[in-house]
Amino acid sequence: MTTQVRTEPITVNLGPQHPSTHGVFRMRVTFDGEEIIDVEPIFGYLHRGSEKLAEERTYVQVVTLTDRMDYVGSMLNNQAYMLAVEKLAGVEPSPRGVWLRMIASELQRIASHLVAVGFLIQDLGAWGTPLIYTMREREKILDLFEMLCGARITNSYLRPGGVFMDAPEEFWPAMNAVLDELPPRIDDLDDLLTDNDIIFSRTKGVSVLTPEQMLDASITGPMLRAAGVDWDLRHRDPYDYYDQVTFERPLHTAGDNFARYWVRVQEMRESIKIVRQCEKLIEPGPVRPDHDDVPWLLRPPVGDAYAAIEHSKGELGFYLVSDGSISPYRCHVRAPSLINLTLLREMLVGELLADMFVSFGSVDINMGEVDR
Amino acid sequence: MSRAWDGAKLAEAIQKSLPDAVVDARGTDIWIAPRSVVEVMRLLRDDSEFRFELLSSVTAVDYISYFEVVYHLTSLTRNATAVVKSKCGIGRDEAKIPSVFDIWRGADLQEREVWDLMGIIFEGHPNHKRIMLWEGFPGHPLRKDFATYEQSIVPESEWRVPTALADELSAENGGAQGS
Repeated sequence: MTTQVRTEPITVNLGPQHPSTHGVFRMRVTFDGEEIIDVEPIFGYLHRGSEKLAEERTYVQVVTLTDRMDYVGSMLNNQAYMLAVEKLAGVEPSPRGVWLRMIASELQRIASHLVAVGFLIQDLGAWGTPLIYTMREREKILDLFEMLCGARITNSYLRPGGVFMDAPEEFWPAMNAVLDELPPRIDDLDDLLTDNDIIFSRTKGVSVLTPEQMLDASITGPMLRAAGVDWDLRHRDPYDYYDQVTFERPLHTAGDNFARYWVRVQEMRESIKIVRQCEKLIEPGPVRPDHDDVPWLLRPPVGDAYAAIEHSKGELGFYLVSDGSISPYRCHVRAPSLINLTLLREMLVGELLADMFVSFGSVDINMGEVDR
Repeated sequence: MSRAWDGAKLAEAIQKSLPDAVVDARGTDIWIAPRSVVEVMRLLRDDSEFRFELLSSVTAVDYISYFEVVYHLTSLTRNATAVVKSKCGIGRDEAKIPSVFDIWRGADLQEREVWDLMGIIFEGHPNHKRIMLWEGFPGHPLRKDFATYEQSIVPESEWRVPTALADELSAENGGAQGS
């Protein structure tokens, strides 16, 4: 005897205050049983109007606003903003400053990927241990940032043309110690998680996105590389001195949750390689141009500039318009976190309730950047 | 190394297929007429000369007498970038431009953001709603005539208290105070 179970759709509100949404993100989800049949993301709960605020601040003051966009990738935000300012004002950066900010941003990329991986595994239900492992490593990197600029999260380390102060002498041995410790810790993660049957069965084949879909939806970064598209701005459009360092670009072809996780773990190893090369290539010298050449109160000529970097989450771009005054006339941020959510509905529909937050976590968003 | 298209060359290449679409070209930028946005973008994505598969960014700037919508395009195949601009809303009224949603899905959230914060209507966008602010927010904050503080403060006389709460409050105050 078979019984027909009649189900009917139920709409559930998730967030904005929900521990798994990595911030104040809200979704209106419709389920049929355990299956997701519709998702509507609702943004704006962390909107602080950063772009408007930037119009009232000087070019150097805006750095503090960029810190607070993606607050687990502050150094990278600083870097993208500085590249745009330098392009706009025609500033020639100091070599030592550039190497220092490359070191800072690669360390930040490791820290950001550690957070992404840790929380992804947390969302899978591996409560505590993997997250604490990754956060422990991130903490060491934050300590390095504290040595560099006195701040751990909201660094504001970069200035037009370089950085605001040189690394102290004790920074280099400390950094080497961290870099020596990191690879075995990443191996630990691999042993514990990457070859784990439970992780396989939960993440493989879930929320698959094809390269065509993602390009159409402007999705960039590890998500795109997880589907086999070799697109990394550090390699294709080398900014700063990325043309002088060599690194691999880990690619996966599946485009599912596992691939997105795997690409991030492998990218951490590449970032370590980059930092090591930067350390060899850096030479003594000023960390930023002279005050007479690049004053704190910059007045770039009238015009506009767009500069983009490979952020840990995708292409982070700053579009600045100058009217010749001391503050930007317009400052637009091309936020990878927001744009990578374009296909959230396509990712989730047809998946199960239990996989919802895993898929969501695999996008690796930061609400500070989504809402700005 | 990525190659930024020269504005004049890009304009020339577009003019071969769409003679009156390009209005102006300077530096690396081209300006196109708002009415031909969809045609030009479709050409830029599909033509083998351009192949701009990725819409990097959509944004808008308020130049007081008009608005300018700025598109940054990236081609993965040709490793090239281009900047396409379009002036709309001359004299600040009727700021309208066709949506490129049908060409790049990536325009979805970005165009909604521009509508929300800059107040430019993207005709043909299937989900043309505010994204950061709530429906009913007064004005569009990134416009230059939006004063940051005064305009975002709603006067007390216009506060809307939910009816049940208002009743409760007035009961607490001995019914002396109206809602």
